[in-house]
Amino acid sequence: MKFTIGWLKEHLDTQKKDNELIEKLTDIGLEVESFENLSSGLDSFKVAKIINAEQHPNADRLRICDVDIGLDDTVKVVCGAPNAKKDLLTVYAGPGSIIPKNNMKLSVSKIRGVTSYGMLCSESELNLSNESEGITELTTSKYSDKIGKNFFKSNTEKVVDLSITPNRPDCLGVRGIARDLAAAGVGKLKKISTKNIKKNGSQKIKVSITKDKNQGCTVFGSCLIEGVTNKESPQWLKEKIISLGQKPISAVVDITNYVMLDLNRPLHAYDADKIDKEIIVRNSKKGETFEALDNKEYKLDDDMCVISDKSGVLGLGGIIGGTRSGTEINTKNILLESAYFIPRSIRKTSKLLNIDTDAKFRFERGIDPQSIELGLSKAAELISEICGGKISNFDIQQTDKHEKNKIKFNVSLFEKITGFKVNDNETIKILTDLGFEVSKEKFKLDLKIPTWRPDITQPIDIVEEIVRIKGYENIETLQPEKTKIKDTLNAQQKLFHFLQRSVASKGYFETVTWSFTDSKINKLFRENLKEIKIVNPISSDLDVLRNSIFTNLTFYLKKNLDRGFKDISLFEIGPIFKGSKPGEQSTIIGAIKSGKVSRLNWNEKDRIVDVFDVKKDVIQTLVEAGYDRQSFFVRDKSPSYYHPGKSGSVYLDKDEIDPVAYFGEIHPNILKKLDIKTEGLVGFEIYIDYLREHKTKLKDLKTNFEYSDYQKSERDFAFVVDKNFKAQDLIEIISSIDKNLIRSIKIFDIYEGENIPEDKKSIALNVTIQSSEKTLEESDLEKINKLIISTVETKSGAKIRS
Amino acid sequence: MSDIKKIKDDYFNKLNNDLNIESLNQIKTELFGKNGKISNSFKKLGSLPNDERKKFASDLNSIKNELQDKINSKLQEIETKEINSKLENEKVDVTLPEREFSRGKIHPVSQVIDEISSIFSEIGFSVEEGPDIENEHYNFTALNTPDNHPARDMHDTFYIDNNKELLLRTHTSPVQVRTMLNGKPPFKIIAPGRTYRSDSDQTHSPMFHQVEGLHIDKDINMGHLKGCLNYFIKSFFEVDKIKMRFRPSHFPFTEPSAEVDIGYEIKDGKIVIGEGDKWLEILGCGMVHPNVLKNVKVNPDKYQGYAFGIGIDRLGMLKYGINDLRAFFETDYRWLNHFGFDPLDVPSNYRGLSR
Repeated sequence: MKFTIGWLKEHLDTQKKDNELIEKLTDIGLEVESFENLSSGLDSFKVAKIINAEQHPNADRLRICDVDIGLDDTVKVVCGAPNAKKDLLTVYAGPGSIIPKNNMKLSVSKIRGVTSYGMLCSESELNLSNESEGITELTTSKYSDKIGKNFFKSNTEKVVDLSITPNRPDCLGVRGIARDLAAAGVGKLKKISTKNIKKNGSQKIKVSITKDKNQGCTVFGSCLIEGVTNKESPQWLKEKIISLGQKPISAVVDITNYVMLDLNRPLHAYDADKIDKEIIVRNSKKGETFEALDNKEYKLDDDMCVISDKSGVLGLGGIIGGTRSGTEINTKNILLESAYFIPRSIRKTSKLLNIDTDAKFRFERGIDPQSIELGLSKAAELISEICGGKISNFDIQQTDKHEKNKIKFNVSLFEKITGFKVNDNETIKILTDLGFEVSKEKFKLDLKIPTWRPDITQPIDIVEEIVRIKGYENIETLQPEKTKIKDTLNAQQKLFHFLQRSVASKGYFETVTWSFTDSKINKLFRENLKEIKIVNPISSDLDVLRNSIFTNLTFYLKKNLDRGFKDISLFEIGPIFKGSKPGEQSTIIGAIKSGKVSRLNWNEKDRIVDVFDVKKDVIQTLVEAGYDRQSFFVRDKSPSYYHPGKSGSVYLDKDEIDPVAYFGEIHPNILKKLDIKTEGLVGFEIYIDYLREHKTKLKDLKTNFEYSDYQKSERDFAFVVDKNFKAQDLIEIISSIDKNLIRSIKIFDIYEGENIPEDKKSIALNVTIQSSEKTLEESDLEKINKLIISTVETKSGAKIRS
Repeated sequence: MSDIKKIKDDYFNKLNNDLNIESLNQIKTELFGKNGKISNSFKKLGSLPNDERKKFASDLNSIKNELQDKINSKLQEIETKEINSKLENEKVDVTLPEREFSRGKIHPVSQVIDEISSIFSEIGFSVEEGPDIENEHYNFTALNTPDNHPARDMHDTFYIDNNKELLLRTHTSPVQVRTMLNGKPPFKIIAPGRTYRSDSDQTHSPMFHQVEGLHIDKDINMGHLKGCLNYFIKSFFEVDKIKMRFRPSHFPFTEPSAEVDIGYEIKDGKIVIGEGDKWLEILGCGMVHPNVLKNVKVNPDKYQGYAFGIGIDRLGMLKYGINDLRAFFETDYRWLNHFGFDPLDVPSNYRGLSR
């Protein structure tokens, strides 16, 4: 919402300095976006004279003009206007100027091979009128001695731009802003001066509002003005319209706009001669069409509020008028409309048709239904003043009286909510200044709410009115109290934070990527999950929610590889989506690692990252998080985006149904499809939601400290087993022989080749044996030795290697 | 006596020379071997008269001990010398680089979330979460933003279905609704998380992070709101004093509503938070609207309180001097390395929020 300080002062009697007013606006909730000189930036527009104009060698329609801009030398400007002729006085904009119409910044540019220094402007480009055919023609008598002078009068008037929250339609008019400022004590709201305009005869065009269900219009006021001469607006009106960044069109249109900006009272002017017999405000029928003032044809649905005549739709009430009944410069008779449309109806229709207009914006937020007559009076008065004409009596059709709503306000509520007191007299003054009718009962105020405040419906709204006008700085800053209702983090959240830092501590960079991704990449990692499309994606390559964290990780890995990085470790902890309903998501850690370990290191041989690198990271992370390595179970099943032979899944326990993690090499096909070039790419995923809460708390675990001081013995074995026999099974067989004696098992060699049959391999392991009751004797050790060999041989078909 | 004194003197002299281990062993044999000089002297003891024997034995013993001590110390000296000369040959160039280590990083958004959680934990808040996909009821309607409310236009919403019933949450406020529906007052929670709006430029990203705060109890008023935020902002920016301004504003789910600005100045091209004459908007807040409380089955005549919403990414940008919001989500390895935090730097009350 823009307005000038001068305009504000037409409504507000104040001695305050501009800056005080500006500060006050912000203090009472009318946020100032900008406050600047109206004419800033307009100094680069100069009165200029074309000295010579010749044909552009490479373009029929262009001319090269030598332009006198009051300097010693003329400048060359390429111009396409047919009226760019020798001796024409016009407006020149130099490089760096910003064209008011489109905010384009000019620069020196080559047009078809000829350099042009600036531009000659049309009236339309200068927002002076709609005239865009040729460049501005200035009269010799007035401008011949002003060549090189600023074209725009330097204007010291300052423009305020406010960001008005959607609850305050009243402040979409200058008067509403003045009222708020007056209530805040920086001035007095002036009375609206309405001259007693002469009204003659009845309004001859019949108006009716139909009793349709969900009728969107409740009041339709109108008046007929006959015999007008529509023309260009007078200078004062033009300046007002321009000052708010709008474009003057004609006196009639400018006046309706002026009343709207001044009082937030939208009006519409019809060319009365184009109305077929009568005005009917009704609901549309599906399939009806009309051409709107934006020159688009709209096809209507059922139940949209339209203003129509005998021939059909004239306009969408409160949203946009139609071309058929629009006023023109030669319009003689005007029907002026001042109506009330229900916000819900406006919003519904404009959304369906996708129309956004100034009127729609205002009606959608709620226009004062009691401002119908005021709007008609103001506009009729101005029209008859500027364009002449005979004004009819006002015709008001209404289906709802829109009486003022009432609230009983218990004054104690104010202190309860804000923590400080305002005495009753001050409360009453603030509310009265804001337009409330107040009568005082014992501890209550009986309030009638002004009709321009549709946002106020209950006592809490009154609290806000008083506190914002009184000032938020009066609220006391209370020390926060430290009482806790429950633990800061629950078990799952603690785990989240622990795992996040645990993975990072293994050399991975944490990243945060978008929850959405490219469906083409996503499908490589989607497995059996449903694709979840975004109806209105920000771009076509971010069109689905991610089913896997790897989609974005691989995408960004490639980008970093392209930047020249080779050994990259990345992880993200966040949601993946399994369905389109709230809650159908899981929290995952996804990590990937590319390239080599110990690249270019003088004392270690480099090697390509492999599945056991990520297996270590997964297992270590889980162990650090408090899960027991001894009960982990690894299977060689994994999603299809992993290398089928070099990947696996981790279960907390052999009996668990869901794995808590996957790890492995990424499938070479995926690298190919994504054009990822690296020596090796491995990754892992941890499903945090499947990690169960620890049953025993650390404080209970720690108390149970058992150890053995008896001597340990170590024995080495080598078993020859089938090639596909799993090391994990061998360890399980051995460890279950005697859990009390067998303390640890380490695999220290895997051998295939000479001396071993082709379909076999040798697994060499070291077993630590220790009793917690005694020092084992040679005979005990021999016994357990034999037991290990015989058990392994029977259970696995292995042979001890001699 | 003079015999043994002579033995002692002779061998002390010998032992003072440079010796190797072999010649030392030779000396040992000469003195203490089967026919060694000291051994032989002991043999003489028996032939001495009683009155001499005692003194001779005593002298001999002390000489024997002296010689043995001397030999031991000589032995140590030789060994030390040998080790030293051996080590001299084993010297490596310790200025060569150490074995490779890798250092991970925590993303600034995560770090800032941990900082925020740590601060609010101190004043009794617990952390709640909610789903990223929401239905329009939780995201809008229950928050007093019915379908016909123009405020809906200010949220450029991503929709998941054509009926516009499922969407990506545009703010973390739906967590308020879920928390209150699932529990009984009092409530004292923060809810950090991902939020989404269909908007993208230098200062807007289609995904960003917010933290929601909610404190509902019998007598929580705007003074508590001010105190809580004042405490938070001071703690977060790690300054003693902060210039803060509460400005009336409007959100459908709070009444009265406020926006909060903090003072800042630009010093040497860098933004300095806390003082200065410029204002920077950093959050929105207010007293939870009675309609919202009714929607979540909390009696607004008995309970009241405040809620706030803060942009996490923006806080991080201000505190750590990050200029471009979009860089947060672009996974540039150089950026992550520079702006990321060491995983051991866990923000906490006793160790401080940041180094």
